[in-house]
Amino acid sequence: MSDLAFDVAGLSVRIGGKPILREITFALGAGRSLAIIGPNGAGKSTLLKSLGRIGIRAEGRIDVFGRPQHQYAQRALARCVSYVPQADGRTAPFTAFEFVLMARYPHLGAFAHLTHEDERIAREAMARAGVAEFATRRLDTLSGGERQKVYVAAALAQEARAILLDEPTTFLDYRHQAEILQLVRSVQSEAGLTVLTVMHDLNHGALKSDHVLALRSGTAAFWGTPGELLEGGRLEEVYDTSFDVISHPETGDPIVVPARGFV
Amino acid sequence: MRNRRRRVIVGLVLLATAVAVVAPFIGMERIAPSEVLRPAPDSVEPAIFWQIRVPRVATAFVAGAVLAVCGMAFQAMFRNPLATPFTLGVSSGASLGAAIYVRLGVYFSVFGIGGASVAAFVGALAAMATVYGLTRARGGFSSTTLLLAGVAMSFFFSSLILAIQYTASLHDSFRLIRWMMGGLAMVGYGSLLNILPFALPGIAILAFMTQELNLIATGEDLAASRGVDVARTKQVLFFAVSLAVGGVVAICGPIGFVGMMAPHMCRLMIGEDHRALFPATLLFGGAFLTLCDAVGRTVAAPAEVPVGVITALIGGPFFLWLLFRRGDIGLG
Repeated sequence: MSDLAFDVAGLSVRIGGKPILREITFALGAGRSLAIIGPNGAGKSTLLKSLGRIGIRAEGRIDVFGRPQHQYAQRALARCVSYVPQADGRTAPFTAFEFVLMARYPHLGAFAHLTHEDERIAREAMARAGVAEFATRRLDTLSGGERQKVYVAAALAQEARAILLDEPTTFLDYRHQAEILQLVRSVQSEAGLTVLTVMHDLNHGALKSDHVLALRSGTAAFWGTPGELLEGGRLEEVYDTSFDVISHPETGDPIVVPARGFV
Repeated sequence: MRNRRRRVIVGLVLLATAVAVVAPFIGMERIAPSEVLRPAPDSVEPAIFWQIRVPRVATAFVAGAVLAVCGMAFQAMFRNPLATPFTLGVSSGASLGAAIYVRLGVYFSVFGIGGASVAAFVGALAAMATVYGLTRARGGFSSTTLLLAGVAMSFFFSSLILAIQYTASLHDSFRLIRWMMGGLAMVGYGSLLNILPFALPGIAILAFMTQELNLIATGEDLAASRGVDVARTKQVLFFAVSLAVGGVVAICGPIGFVGMMAPHMCRLMIGEDHRALFPATLLFGGAFLTLCDAVGRTVAAPAEVPVGVITALIGGPFFLWLLFRRGDIGLG
């Protein structure tokens, strides 16, 4: 099958001799969405970064859009895979437009300059993400939600076929959570992007994605559809705690709530 | 935004030109332009002007430009406003290299380039390799840890230099002290020719890496995700900085403060984008050090105050004023 976005077999990562991920295997079709879930420290972010070779080199086979990852130069890989990092609150004081424009870097040849065409694409991406009004604002003056949308705009301006998102909605208020989720879902359905999202909260869209990969202590504990995840005791295995699944009163969509020890 | 940038750059070009043109006339003895253009038959002024002042001003400008853009590069790479070749131990590594060379008393040159320059470059490279090794070891350290390591390294190198000085002859010891203060008193065309083979390639490499610097300043993970080969880019940047700083320190001594202040000044004027920040910092750093040296030649004439003393004396309070006026600077 050549229309796979990611074809991963036996992916392992060691950092400083310590195994972080062991023998992860999955295949994700182009244009599909994947939610990567699991408890803290399971290796979710590490897996996401290793797919884009972002500061992490993994062992094992990682084919990206039908080609082994190691055959890609970093720039070529960035034309296929973009990334939205976890919001850690640290930003360089670039303006939003400068930041989004920088995402055109992988499309430049060596020593080439950014052109008006790049600026047009950056502006379009900002309009798409609803952040055109922040163009001249410095990133460090934006709220967490506004900044996150600028980060997504930058990933869109990068024009990659797959986008990696690391907990895009954590720390955001409800309105921004909803806006980000909607934005990501629309770029998947309209532009046919492959979307991989690390999620902390299952109700932040994990149950709406095409596939779910659950990690636990660096190994794959579950791979399947959201419906399969909610069957008999699988969530409990992943998270080591009990859950109830209820339905949304209007849409009927499943919502996961912890069974005890909360509220 | 773009107009503002253009205005700032044009303003800095004018400032730098004015400083470079006026500075050679200023000094212990003020020289009138007419004395140089239409010299009297047996006057010494043209000789002072062309043989002493002009190479000195040119050296000051190049040194200031190098220290400023290298500071800019480090601040972006470490995402820390305090990161400079000075604070990360590169300058003191270069100083140690040059001090060892002076102490050993074996004078050599490579293709006409003085041994002190080569020794300083090797020292800078060694310090840089240590810092680079630390960024790689055990999955990397935070920039705060690296800065602390740099400061520790600076102190370590400085005490080695002191030890070398202590065991040196009175003559060598005096030379070392004067040189450590950061001075341009002894430079001529020879010094300039010694600096340029190091400074020009270093500056040229940085000039071609402004987009990479932008991306690395947003964080290494983001830079990698945008297609920057972070490890290789950092190696090239470290090499360029070692080259340029080593070349400057060998001739001028470890001149502090320009590397930290000039980039921040320019950030406040022109913003964070290194494509504009690089030329601005280059011009500002060059003009600033040239000006400081001109002041150093005149304030206590006929005595000379070393330029390193002046940069800190002028730059320190000015920078503090700026900080407290604005409240915050970038890259925090």
